Amino acid sequence: MNRQALLCIALAAAVAVLPYVGVYPIFAMKVMCYALFACAFNLLLGYTGLLSFGHAAFLGSAAYAAGHALKVWGLPPELGLVFGAACATLLGLAFGLLAIRRSGIYFAMITLALAQMVYFFFLQAPFTGGEDGLQQVPRGMLFGLVDLRSDLALYYLVMAVFAAGCFLVWRIVHSPFGQVLKAIRENEPRAVSLGYDVDAYKLLAFVLSAGLAGLAGATKTLVFVSATLSDATWQMSGLVILMTLIGGLGTLTGPVVGAFIVVLLENKVGDFGMAAARLTGLDWFQRLGESVTIVTGLIFVVCVMAFRRGIVGELLAWRGRRRAA
Amino acid sequence: MTTVFGIPIQALLGQLLLGLVNGSFYAVLSLGLAVIFGLLNVINFAHGALYMLGAFAAWMGYAYLGLNYWAMLLLAPLAVGAAGIVIERLLLRHLYRLDHLYGLLLTFGLTLLIEGLMRSFYGVSGQPYSAPEALRGATNLGFMVLPNYRAWVVAASVTVCLATWFVIERTRLGALLRAATENARLVESFGVNVPLMVTLTYGFGVALAGFAGVLAAPVLQISPLMGSNLIIVVFAVVVIGGMGSILGAILTGLGLGVVEGLTKVFWPEASSTVVFIVMAIVLLLRPAGLFGREK
Repeated sequence: MNRQALLCIALAAAVAVLPYVGVYPIFAMKVMCYALFACAFNLLLGYTGLLSFGHAAFLGSAAYAAGHALKVWGLPPELGLVFGAACATLLGLAFGLLAIRRSGIYFAMITLALAQMVYFFFLQAPFTGGEDGLQQVPRGMLFGLVDLRSDLALYYLVMAVFAAGCFLVWRIVHSPFGQVLKAIRENEPRAVSLGYDVDAYKLLAFVLSAGLAGLAGATKTLVFVSATLSDATWQMSGLVILMTLIGGLGTLTGPVVGAFIVVLLENKVGDFGMAAARLTGLDWFQRLGESVTIVTGLIFVVCVMAFRRGIVGELLAWRGRRRAA
Repeated sequence: MTTVFGIPIQALLGQLLLGLVNGSFYAVLSLGLAVIFGLLNVINFAHGALYMLGAFAAWMGYAYLGLNYWAMLLLAPLAVGAAGIVIERLLLRHLYRLDHLYGLLLTFGLTLLIEGLMRSFYGVSGQPYSAPEALRGATNLGFMVLPNYRAWVVAASVTVCLATWFVIERTRLGALLRAATENARLVESFGVNVPLMVTLTYGFGVALAGFAGVLAAPVLQISPLMGSNLIIVVFAVVVIGGMGSILGAILTGLGLGVVEGLTKVFWPEASSTVVFIVMAIVLLLRPAGLFGREK
C-alpha cells in the first residue's frame, strides 16, 4: 500500500467519525454534496480548461428528477439517485453538443444561456412546484433495508456517494483519457495536430462532469428532503466556480476545501455581520447575513486578482518551492 | 376589428412595439459588450449591473438632487462610465496578460458585489420613476395608439447605436480603434496611447449600459436585480449575432426583441425562453453566429 492510499483511508475514517465528535450531520452532508458538485465542475475547468457557466442546470435538474422519482413515483432512494444522475447526464449531452461548437468565452456564454433556459423551464413546468419547489420528498429505505430517515444512516450513504464520486474523478484524471484532457487544456491546436478528436474528448468530459454534478444534486435532494429553484439559478453556477477557484483549479482536493469554505461562509456570514455591527457600531453590518452575495462577490474579486492558484494550489506551489530549495 | 391569426391587430402591434423596446435595450447592451470585447477581449459580465446602476442613478438624481430625466440622461452615463474607468484602471488592467476567462470571472464577482450592495441599501422591491412630462401620453396613429415614451426609447437607442457605428466605422478615431483591435502592439508602436484608449473604450462601453439603464428607468421596475436577468439574455443575443460586426449586433438585438414580442402574443409560455431556443438553433446551423466570422 502506498502513502496516498493510506492517507485516503485515514481521511475517510476521520470523516466517518465526524458525527460523533459534535459535527452537525446535515452541515457535513451539505459540504459533501457541494464538494462533489465542485469536483465535477473542476474536471471540466481545471483539467479540460472549459469554463461552464451553467452547471447549476445539472445540479438543479437532477435534484428535481430525483425528487419527482422519490415523491411521485415512489422509487427507492438508490434508484432515485441513479435517475437524477441519468437525467443530468442526458441534459449534459444536449448542452455539450451545442456548447462545444464554440470555444473560450463563447462556451461560457452559451452554457450560461442554456442553463437560464432550463431555469425558466423549471419555473413554469407543472411538476416542479414553481417558486416553492418540491417539498417533503420521502427519503425511503435504501435497498429496502436501511431507513434513511435517520440522519446518521443517510450520512454514511452520502459519504459513500461522495467517496465514489471522488474516486471516479481521480480515476478519470489519472487515466490516458485524463492526460488527453490536460493536453487539450494546455494546447488545443497541438492536441488536434497529434490526431486526437478533440471535440469528442471535450464532449465526453462535459457529459461526465454533468453526470457527477447531477449525482451531487440528487444526493442533495435526499439530504434536504426538498428540491428548489435556487439549485438551478445562475448564482449557483457562479458559486461552484467560486468553490473551485478558492480551493484551487486543477487540484484534486481543492474543490473540496473550497466547498467547505463556501458552505461555512453561507452559514456564518450572518453571525460575522452581527459581530462586526457590535464592534463598529454600524447597523448596516446586521444585514450582511441577508446579502451574502456582497461577501462572495468580494472573495471572487480577491481570488481572481491575487489568489488565482487557490488554497491547495498555493500549498502545492509552496511545497514545490521548498523541495527545489 | 381587424385580426391577424385570430389576434386583434392592436394587441399585435402593441406587443411588437414592446418587443422593439426590449430589442433596443438588447441592441445598446450588446453593442457595448461588442465594443469592449473587440479591444479588451473581456466579456463584461458587470454590464448588467452597470445598466442597473444607470437606472438607479436616474432615480437617485431625481430623489436626492431633484435633477430631471433629461439631465440624468446625460449625467448617469457619465457617472457609470467613470465607474467603469475606475474598474478598468484598478482591476481589469492587471488581467490582460492572463486567460480571457479571468476577465469574465472578475466582472462576475463585481456583479455579485454591486448587486449585493445595492440590495442591502434599497431592498429587492422596485423604485418608481415616471417618464418626463414631454413624453407622457400617447399619439393616435389611426391604426394604433403609440405610447410616446416607448417610441422615444426605440428612437433614442437606434440613434445612439448608429452614432456609435458611425464613429467606429467612419472616423479617424474609429479607424485607430479598429486597428488596435487587430493588432494593439503595432498601433502602439505608431505612438498611439493604447492603454488610454483601452480605458476609454471600457468607459464608453459601460456608459452605453448606463444610458440604456436611464432609458429603462420609466418603463421597467428599478430594482437591484434588473440587470443580471437581462444580461444573460444579452449574452445569448451576442452568441446569436456574433461579435464581429457592429451593425450585426444592433440588428440582432432589435430583431430578437421583436421575436420575443411576437412569441408573447402567440405562445406566451415560451416568451422567456425563445431567445435561448433561437440561440440553440443558430449554433446548430451557423456556429459562428449570424454576423460572425469563423476564427
